[in-house]
Amino acid sequence: MNDFLNSKIFGIKWSRLLTSCQQSLYMVGWGLLIGTFFGLILALVLVLTRKDGVVQGKAARILYAVVNVYVNVIRSVPFVILLVTIMPLTRLIMGTTIGSTAALVPLVLYISPYLARLLENSLLECSPGIIEAAQAMGANTRQIIRYFLMPETLGSMVLALTTGAIGLLGASAMAGYVGGGGVGDLTLTYGYEKMNTPLMILTVVILVIFVQLIQFLGGALSRKLRAHR
Amino acid sequence: MIRIEHATKTFRGKKTEVHALRDVSIHVRKGEIYGIVGFSGAGKSTLIRLVNRLETPDEGTVEVSGQRLDSLKGKTLSALRRKIGMVFQQFNLLEGKTVYHNVAIPLILEHRSPAEIEKRVTEVLEFVELSDKRNAYVSQLSGGQKQRVGIARALATSPEILLCDEATSALDPQTTESILKLLKRVNQEMGITILLITHQMQVIQMICDRVAVMEQGRVVEEGTVLEVFGQPKEDVTKRFVRTVINDQVPETFYDTIRAENRHYRLEQLKFIGDSVNEPVIANLCRRAGLEVNIIGANISQMQGSMMSVFILQLIGDTDTIGEAERYIDASGALRQRLFIDWDSRTITEIPAGKGNEG
Repeated sequence: MNDFLNSKIFGIKWSRLLTSCQQSLYMVGWGLLIGTFFGLILALVLVLTRKDGVVQGKAARILYAVVNVYVNVIRSVPFVILLVTIMPLTRLIMGTTIGSTAALVPLVLYISPYLARLLENSLLECSPGIIEAAQAMGANTRQIIRYFLMPETLGSMVLALTTGAIGLLGASAMAGYVGGGGVGDLTLTYGYEKMNTPLMILTVVILVIFVQLIQFLGGALSRKLRAHR
Repeated sequence: MIRIEHATKTFRGKKTEVHALRDVSIHVRKGEIYGIVGFSGAGKSTLIRLVNRLETPDEGTVEVSGQRLDSLKGKTLSALRRKIGMVFQQFNLLEGKTVYHNVAIPLILEHRSPAEIEKRVTEVLEFVELSDKRNAYVSQLSGGQKQRVGIARALATSPEILLCDEATSALDPQTTESILKLLKRVNQEMGITILLITHQMQVIQMICDRVAVMEQGRVVEEGTVLEVFGQPKEDVTKRFVRTVINDQVPETFYDTIRAENRHYRLEQLKFIGDSVNEPVIANLCRRAGLEVNIIGANISQMQGSMMSVFILQLIGDTDTIGEAERYIDASGALRQRLFIDWDSRTITEIPAGKGNEG
């Protein structure tokens, strides 16, 4: 096994390649998990407090405006720039600005507003009639989310998250700038900078496989969830 | 049971103002089926939503079971809404879930125990005759079946009031009839008060006890179904009644009437319930010097009572016809003299320009 790991492929060790894949999966996996948590909260705020939403009133209007602007602002900053500008924040949270874990901070910050917009679209697919029926039954806001809004739009939300995961994979390629590693970093530092074209092609193929895999899994899960619609 | 007093509601857009309700008052009694009929945009939807506070009036008050709704929020509002079931035109069911789950939802919201839920869902599914579909997905059902699920869901929490928002408007005539029969059973067997809105006069005719007619945010006419169908006052009401009770002369008769060169009058006769105890038309036929042509007839049933409309062409001299008219009026039948507008070939109650006495 060690022999294999130490053997080389296109000028790098197999172990180096596998580590990079692992780092990519680590960043996309955790980034998606934590990003979905925050993204869903933002999306629910946007959907519930919007005009004609379930929650009305002055506080709701203000909350909507704040979240809406926040999402737009973060979404307008390219990831590479976000990555370097929030380094102090990253240090504050993680204690370091280097490595895959440190890269998670900008990744989550970047992806959650993106997911928020995608999930907002999904949640809006729930027909207003269903929400009205829920209200007529005496459901409170929490129950509306849990028993109506979420179950009705789950299939669509999974597709949104699939798109988000692929966006995250793209962003993680730039994590190399802060020593985050990953397949994208490998492509840039070993493939591009050292003009190792075969390695570059190999890594691109790996990225393509990743994307295909994510899309396939997301599609299959979404289909299962929508089976009886 | 439900008392709405002087309700006013205006929806304000940036440039537009829609007066959905203008000083509307209605009173629905316990145990009755009360229908509100009107064309779309008349304000019916807003009115029915005042009852479970999906809409709030700008002015006026709403009272349900003696409780004023003005100040209800949070838990007390939820409690009120659980006493009021609601059925929708578009069903508003969770399409991807089973029939069982859909009916169980209101009970789940109340944190009932699984055993209780199971028992109640089984009961209401049996009532709406869908026991065999309990594990089917809503997306596999027909429109009529979906509405049965909607009704079962509304009944799950044993409400006192059922609100029906155009419950049959998305269904074909046969299915409409079966759903209306079901609603009648809900009213009679469970003693649930029903408030429904519709644009189909047939719905009012088949199941309602009392009816209000709405136009441009106002209730323009109100009464028992027999009263409103028998003697509609407003134009809009007459138009609605005409959709189920045909009081027009069949097209082919116009030429026959026109060809008549003796002196005649057209009369519409209405017999409501058992208000008339003698064979009026038969007696008319026996009158000397009078010839009777029946040129239109319609018999309909409502509230377990009958209403018949006849259009007669009375042929004879002025005196004979005058006597016949007095006889009809004395018998208790409702008489209305009709005129034909020959330009548009329609019947009116007012002479159109030139009289059409032969």
